[in-house]
Amino acid sequence: MANFLQQLINGLTLGSIYGLIAIGYTMVFGIIGMVNFAHGDVFMLSAFIALIVFLILTKILGVTSLALAFVVVLIAGMTLTSLWNWTIERLAYRPLRGSFRLAPLISAIGMSIFLSNFVQVVQGPRNKPVPPMFNDIVHLNPGGAYDVTLQYKQIVIVVVTILLLAGFWWLVQRTALGRAQRACEQDRKMAALLGIDVDRTISITFVIGAALAAVAGVLYMMYYGVVNFADGFLPGVKAFTAAVLGGVGSLPGAVLGGLLIGLIEVMWSSYFSTDYKDVAAFSILAITLIFMPSGILGRPEIEKV
Amino acid sequence: MTVEAQKLATAGAVGAGTATMVKDAFLAALLTFGLCFPVVLFHAESDNDGNLYLIPRPLLVAIMCGLVFVGRLSVSLYQARPKVDRPTVVAAPKPASLRYLNRYISLVGLVFLFAFPIVTLWWLGPAGSLKWINNYGVQILIYVMLGWGLNIVVGLAGLLDLGYVAFYAVGAYSYALLATTFGLSFWICLPLAGILSAFWGIILGFPVLRLRGDYLAIVTLAFGEIIRMILINWVPVTGGYAGIASIPKVTFFGIPFADAPGGFADTFGLEYSPIHRTIFLFYLILCLALLTNFVTMRLRRLPIGRAWEALREDEIACRSLGINTRNTKLTAFALGALFGGFAGSFFSVRQGFVSPESFTFIESATILAIVVLGGMGSQIGVALAAVVMIGGTEILREMEWTKQIFGAEFDPAQYRMLIFGMGMVIMMVLRPRGLVSTREPSIFLKEKKAVSGDLVKEGHG
Repeated sequence: MANFLQQLINGLTLGSIYGLIAIGYTMVFGIIGMVNFAHGDVFMLSAFIALIVFLILTKILGVTSLALAFVVVLIAGMTLTSLWNWTIERLAYRPLRGSFRLAPLISAIGMSIFLSNFVQVVQGPRNKPVPPMFNDIVHLNPGGAYDVTLQYKQIVIVVVTILLLAGFWWLVQRTALGRAQRACEQDRKMAALLGIDVDRTISITFVIGAALAAVAGVLYMMYYGVVNFADGFLPGVKAFTAAVLGGVGSLPGAVLGGLLIGLIEVMWSSYFSTDYKDVAAFSILAITLIFMPSGILGRPEIEKV
Repeated sequence: MTVEAQKLATAGAVGAGTATMVKDAFLAALLTFGLCFPVVLFHAESDNDGNLYLIPRPLLVAIMCGLVFVGRLSVSLYQARPKVDRPTVVAAPKPASLRYLNRYISLVGLVFLFAFPIVTLWWLGPAGSLKWINNYGVQILIYVMLGWGLNIVVGLAGLLDLGYVAFYAVGAYSYALLATTFGLSFWICLPLAGILSAFWGIILGFPVLRLRGDYLAIVTLAFGEIIRMILINWVPVTGGYAGIASIPKVTFFGIPFADAPGGFADTFGLEYSPIHRTIFLFYLILCLALLTNFVTMRLRRLPIGRAWEALREDEIACRSLGINTRNTKLTAFALGALFGGFAGSFFSVRQGFVSPESFTFIESATILAIVVLGGMGSQIGVALAAVVMIGGTEILREMEWTKQIFGAEFDPAQYRMLIFGMGMVIMMVLRPRGLVSTREPSIFLKEKKAVSGDLVKEGHG
């Protein structure tokens, strides 16, 4: 039971990170029907951006307050990653609107290869050990046979995720921007006819997706304490799995899917074997797409002739 | 700065809009600075204790921003150049000679390929030609074959497969395991590996019959990764990360290429040289690739091939015309996998060593990129794309002279995948229909006309 509780904590933490990335996938898929293959690498890039901004703050500017540094890193990471994703959308995806169906997917695969190798070239292929932060631990059952711990960083991750999701929910549900975004998702042509700047809305969608991925990147970097240029692929695929499991196009679904994938991965590693934990994620992806393509909360896709 | 000043001067001569152009270019440079700001400006390096420190690189960022500024400005100037009134091109009927030219090109290509090892051997000698035949010849031909195999699935049947490398892996491991455990020869293992791969093609094809487009792509990606992870984790059989080593090398129909009595050189009275095996491998993969091409070309004319292309165009119409879409898709998967398996067993007989490292997703993406850049469904285009992409990356590996410009630690091979990814994006933006954008129709009324790739709806099914 104690072990289960521990895994539950770990799983929810990991799941929050996946959920944040998954929103980027699900929003882009919802609005332009494209699997943004490069999203995982945008996430990886954001972790690097965060790492370097953190180092600038602590080593060059001499900031000593960890909380201040964390907030600055978060904001800088979100801004710069958004800039990246905006540029990527502008250069690699926008010219392909109206091209044949697979063109954006292939372009995104190219972008994904480009990004991971770009980071490899500019930052080197080796793992970057991140300076530890928020290292305190809370013992949940002191004196018990199995020590259940809650790390401060896990609390930070969950709190940041909840705050962001609340802000994000407000943005999508309550603002004009969110309404435009939802309108474009339902019918792009009709939205354009009603005076919504579709291209701008799509750009903003990419920016929001990147900002959330950047938060995930900062949290990931902090949680695992190491970043590598190849770190984009697996979390990317798992987050995509989360988006599919929750129902592609559904925002609560993405978060739900992320939490589920995080839990499944952690439980699988704990109760079965760590060797096959990635196989579990890929199998869920395949099984969901084959048997339940609309996911848990997604709208079923209607086949039009 | 003088270059930019000159640019400005010429821009001034063009007249209106120069200010906007400069502003545009300036904004682009500013954007580049924003993108470069943390990740390029500072290189995070760890010292021996694992502490990170930053190395600033302001010059690099300045160069990048300058390049973007100049580049953006030249693009604007190019687009704003005074338009010459060109007569509108009336679609002139293609001269008949052009069609013969096409056939002529393939013939010349074939003769060139068969003569290639002999000519290089004669020209450069055994030591000098080894690199050319092995790194360029054999390496490119493997990808030509894989590209043609995948072309059946993606180009003809329109099923986007991102996990093609799984079948390549199945073929490679089949040969490796059959040869090391049962001691079977390559010629027995080759068909067996192909059949096993085709079998896996059907097994993995079955669940995805209902899926289309992007979803299909993602599920095949997942299958590819699952197979790779099984190869990594099923250590007793596959050897895990270590892979399988000392796989029997290729023999000339039973005669080993060894420097010993009874070896190839000894039997034919030649002086021993490792180049003999390489040349044999070259012809072997050439024949396998040509077999793939031949089978594909023939199948296109059979009902099954027509069904594939019909399926690619419109699955619903296909079904309503009574085509069994399930069998059609499964044959496409199986045949594509079959050739992937052949290529895989060739891979392991060539390397003598297989490990999961060789079958990563990047490999699938490379093969897919070859098919897409070549123009899906075009056999000659796929071959051209393989030459450009694989040959290009090999050339990049050899550009030692760049070290003299950029310093000793500059490694051009590092930029291989970077350029490759960028190339994929640029190709999609500029020529989404690939290098060869016309398709040969397999059925026609009276006259055979090339069909524009734009009329072919790839990846619909």
